[in-house]
This record gives sequence, structure tokens and C-alpha cells, in this order.
Amino acid sequence: MTKKLGLVIDIDTCVGCHACAVACKEWNGASAIAGPLSDYEPFGKAPSGVWFNRVRHYEAGEYPQNKTLNVPMSCMHCEDADCVTVCPTGASYKREDGIVLVEQDKCMGCNLCAWACPYGARELDESSGTMKKCTLCADRIDNELLPPEDRQPACVLACPTQARHFGDLGDPLSAVSKLVAEREGFGMLPELGYKPVNRYLPPRTAPKVPVAQSQPDAPSLSERIAGWVNKLVER
Amino acid sequence: MKPALSIVFFTVSSGAGLGLLALLSLADLFLSGGGLDRGQSLLAAGLGFALVAAGLASSTLHLANPKNAWRSFARFRTSWLSREAVFAVLFMAAAIAYIAAILFDRAEVRRPAAVAVVIFAWAVLHCTAMIYASLKPIRMWHTSRTPLCYVLFGHFSGSLLLAWVAAQGDTDMRPYLGAALALLAAAALAKVAWLRNAALEGGQGIQAALGQPTAARVKLLDAGHTHGTFLTNEFAFKLARSHAQGLAAAFWLAAFILPALVIAFFPDALLGAALACLGGLSVERWLFFALARHTVLLYHGAQRA
Repeated sequence: MTKKLGLVIDIDTCVGCHACAVACKEWNGASAIAGPLSDYEPFGKAPSGVWFNRVRHYEAGEYPQNKTLNVPMSCMHCEDADCVTVCPTGASYKREDGIVLVEQDKCMGCNLCAWACPYGARELDESSGTMKKCTLCADRIDNELLPPEDRQPACVLACPTQARHFGDLGDPLSAVSKLVAEREGFGMLPELGYKPVNRYLPPRTAPKVPVAQSQPDAPSLSERIAGWVNKLVER
Repeated sequence: MKPALSIVFFTVSSGAGLGLLALLSLADLFLSGGGLDRGQSLLAAGLGFALVAAGLASSTLHLANPKNAWRSFARFRTSWLSREAVFAVLFMAAAIAYIAAILFDRAEVRRPAAVAVVIFAWAVLHCTAMIYASLKPIRMWHTSRTPLCYVLFGHFSGSLLLAWVAAQGDTDMRPYLGAALALLAAAALAKVAWLRNAALEGGQGIQAALGQPTAARVKLLDAGHTHGTFLTNEFAFKLARSHAQGLAAAFWLAAFILPALVIAFFPDALLGAALACLGGLSVERWLFFALARHTVLLYHGAQRA
């Protein structure tokens, strides 16, 4: 059975606090695999920089049957990753366990992999001129000096609502696979055929908010005439 | 998509050079030199070679880390960019051999070199176009009409340059002007076909992108960043519709209408026609990038991409 390491993200419980994105930036900024994650004008007028994980906020439906969706997105570690096949230098590769990585020493910064990714998972670091992306914290997962419970991506450990889960989605008996089966988790944009590994758990069905159905009856002719008269006549 | 001027120049200049050398070699192979004398053949081949070399040099300008450009030959089996790099080197070698064969009057080298020039020129043109046509997140590009346009545009602009070279001597101009007109018509038709495909309703919607099982309207509340990111800089290029229409009109006028009028009525102005065509094709290539919409825009609030 091929290993497919990835993330399961619960859109129902995510509160959109960005702790995962900040923890990611903090850990990977010092990581030997892809760090540093450069910032441009961090204290200037238009701060910007490289992030592996970005949280966006959406609203689905119309008030009052509406719902806020907080959607953190990072690399989906696709099974058929076009970012790897389009790479001319061989800098992009997929590990045996499914993690997609960029070898910084080989990248020439042509941007083609970023163009091939529909999820916006790859960002060019202007300082190094190389492409950077989520490593699934491979340097934590691989590190046997860490206690077993810490051998997980920084974003998963940081999440205060435990909306993020890490595991082997290729093993149907793993905790993450069972969670996905139970909650009908989905992968994003499957129609493009990249076979993304990461799964999102949809919002649980919320009870309908009761809305007053009947409108007050339209005023009758005599009531309307009385209204006009009242407007005209001073009291 | 953000249009990179280095890539616009690269694809237009190299395209014209590749088309010019392919047509020159074909004339050599099938029209016994096409009536060009040695000086004219050298001028055409040298011009084509210079256009390709300038284009390839320009293509490295858009690399953020060009010191690793030599590694781009590594993934020939899967990457169209890698294939383009390999075939470009093979083409340059064939073109040098071909020019040397003309220069030193070596007929036994000239014919096989001409065959190699044609094959590798077509391979490079096709690979360049497939870099874009293979990208599934950009629906407008992801069609076999993209390589058709690239190959025909290269040959059409090359045919105008070749006709200008032919006009420099006592050459029978009919095959050159005929070829230019035929390629003009084919290139214009290919572009119309490409535009019809691009105008189709297609791609994905924001609901599908977020895996929303309902038809509820989804809108972006907050993109999570206060200023531009790599993604917005690279993919969220915006062009006003009126500007796009004006540029498209300039493209059709400069690339097709002016050269057609020159071929029909003013055959002395072929160099002007060729330059107008290259300018028009540069506008077309700029629009090819500027108007392309990437799937990632859905996550930034676009309803369809």
C-alpha cells in the first residue's frame, strides 16, 4: 500500500485564527529544507512575504441562512502532481511517502510549477530566487529525536480547535482515513485530475434559522385614504 | 497572468527566427535553393539565427535564479520546458552546421543540416507552446489550438522576413509572396479558432473550488493578507476591457491587415510589413498572458476561472 501523508482540515471547527499559518511560518522560517521564508518590507507600507499556508475567509449563502467558512490552504501533496512533472530541473520531487518537496539547490526560479498548481501552494522567494512550498514539516516527521507526539506538522500542533489532523491517507484504517469516511471529507478541484491527498471536512448541516413567513396584509383602500388624510391634516 | 516582457520577446523573436530558418531550409530542400544566391541565403540564415539567439538569451531574464538554468535539461521525459531547452540546443547546433555549409559551399553537409534545422525548429516551436498548453489550471491555454497558433505565427512572421531577403536580389518572388499569404491566412484562422475556444463558458466555479455541495452563493470575505502576495502579483493581473479591445485591434491591424496590403499592393515595403507583423505578434503574445485566468483566482474571490 502506498503511503499518502497529508492533512485533514475540518472547516466546521476552524475558527480562522491563522495560528496554523503563523506556526508554519515560524517553524519553516528556520527549517533547513526550505527556509528562510523571506519577508519584503515587513515593517514598511506594503508588508508581504512567503507563506506556505494561507487562511482565507468566505461566506456561503444569504443572510440569515449564511455561514462563514474559514479555509486554510497549503500544498495538497497531490498523487499526480503536475508541479513535479513540469519542473525542468528536477528540483521538484515527490518522496516515497507522498510529500512533494523542492530541492532548493536545483531550482532555477522559472515559476512553471506555480503556474501548474491550481491551489496556489507554491510561492517564489524573491530573496533566494527559488520556489518554496509546504514540506509537511518533513524535518519534524523524520526527526526521531522528537517525542512521537511531536512528529507532526507545526500547523497541526498549533491549532487551538484541533481542526487539523495529520496522517497516512493511503491507509484506510488510519485515524485520518476513518475521520474522512465518517465526515464525508472531500478533496479540492478533483476534476483537474491531480488527485489531491489533503482532505477537507465540510461544515455540519446547521439547523435552518426560522424566518417570518407571512407578510402583513396590504392596507385596504379605506386605510390608505385615512393615511393620506392623516398626512395632509395637521394635528 | 502577469505578462513578462522577456517571455513575450523570447517567444515572438525565437518564433520568427525558427520559422524563417525552417522555411529557408524547406526552400533549400524542395525548391533547390529557392532562387536565393549565396549572400541572400547567408543573410536569411544569419538573421534567423540571431533572432533565435536573442530570444533564448531573453528567456533566461525571467528566471529568478539563472545560475541553475543549466539544470533545465534534466527532465526531458516529463517537462515541456526541459524538452524545449534540449531541442533549442540541438537546433542551434544544426543551424550553425547549416550556415557553415553555405559559407564553405559544402553541399554534402548542407542538405542533412537543412533537414535537421527543419525538424528541430518545429520541435522547439511545439515544445514552447506546449509549456503553456499543458497547464490545466489555465483553461484558455489548455487546448491544442495553442501550439497550432505558436507554430503558424512563427512561420508567418518568418515568411515575411524571408520574402524581404528574397526581394533583395533578382529572385522570382511568387513562391515567397504566395507562401507568406497562405501562412497569413492560416495563422489568422488559427487565432480565430483559439479565440472562439477562449470565449467559451468553462472552467470551474468558486463553489466547486471550495467543495461546496450546495448551490449557495459563495463570496470572499477576507483573503487573509493586507497587501499583495506572490499569488496576487503573478496571477491576478488586471486589464481594462477597453484597453484589451484596443490592443487586440492593434494586433490584427499590424500583424495581418498591414502585411496583407503590403504583399498585395506594395511589395517594396516587405521589411516594414515584417516589422509591423513582429510588433503585432508581440501585442498578441502580451494579451495571451494578460488575459489568461488561473484557477487560483477562485480562492481569491473570482466566481469563475
